[in-house]
Amino acid sequence: MNAKTLVQILLLFSSLSILSIGGGNTVLPEMHIKAVGDHHWLTDKQFADVFAISQAAPGPSILIVTMIGYKAGIGATGNELFGVLGAILATIAMMVPAGLLVYLVSRVWEHAKNSPARKAIEKGFAPLTVGLILASGWVMSKAADHDWHAFLLTGVCTAIFSATKINPLFIVAAAGLIGWLGWV
Amino acid sequence: MSEKPTLLDLALTFNHIALASFGGGLSAWSREVIVVEKNWMQDEEFLSAVTMCRILPGANQVNLAVFVGVKFRGIPGALAAVFGLTLVPFLIVLALAYFYFQFHEVPAVKGILKGAAAAAVALTLSMVVKTGRKCLVGLIPVLLFLAIFLMNGIARWPLLACLSLLAPLAVAWGWPRGKKP
Repeated sequence: MNAKTLVQILLLFSSLSILSIGGGNTVLPEMHIKAVGDHHWLTDKQFADVFAISQAAPGPSILIVTMIGYKAGIGATGNELFGVLGAILATIAMMVPAGLLVYLVSRVWEHAKNSPARKAIEKGFAPLTVGLILASGWVMSKAADHDWHAFLLTGVCTAIFSATKINPLFIVAAAGLIGWLGWV
Repeated sequence: MSEKPTLLDLALTFNHIALASFGGGLSAWSREVIVVEKNWMQDEEFLSAVTMCRILPGANQVNLAVFVGVKFRGIPGALAAVFGLTLVPFLIVLALAYFYFQFHEVPAVKGILKGAAAAAVALTLSMVVKTGRKCLVGLIPVLLFLAIFLMNGIARWPLLACLSLLAPLAVAWGWPRGKKP
């Protein structure tokens, strides 16, 4: 990796961090244009693959930038250590600018603890958030439930999660086992 | 609310949330741990924080970690929560990146992921059931809930468009009136 790539990684991901209003997924098209089209860090196919991997891996899916930074770092040199450096830089650049903004907002929020505005937002946003969560469940379901087996599994798991106090981790692990056995 | 969490509590808790979310469903896992298991926040405060973290730029879950961390321990708390959330997943993703670019495929976990993803959807839906039971009481909250689901989930309007229409109505409805309780 040369200094130019390093600066490119920092500039790209820190600007995407500030632009990602509504969540990391909103800047994926822009990320694709820059990383694949402008910088040629990855191919189209590789971008699609690292997207799928980062969605499925545990943790925030924004860690797609870790994989892109890794590939950018390896880039011309072929040295994996530079890949790791690129991964670290991309990840930090993607989190710090937005994180600072959240910090400022949450300070204001704490100060407004007893204000009517905060009470109104907390009360009013609750039903909106539940609607947004249902919307993301709906969108996730379209990607995850390919056939009636998977729909059935989702339905049964929803009933278990909603009606019992069993640790969800056991259910997710059992569902993973069912998938591993090839039943969904 | 229980005692104020230490920096280590914050890091370990967010690490637990991140690792549990194998296959997706990070928001639902956050609620499961922060509200149900740890009792660090009440549902109303948690839900409004989730939506604020969505409006602000940045990955929603990273933002939520910053928010919860700052609430309890200021900047060190935010750092601890974000490190907890991302450090182990970062290492996992880095290892996956190595495998992927070296061998052009990832170790065979596809079947497991399919099953886990179906359960992650279920966890997300059950969060709707559990939180909905508490806050979807009355005509107006149900209408707000349905409207934003139709706009954002079915019609796929951008989040900001949906909120600029509905948030003012929601806040007007939620504005405290009359005597304080």
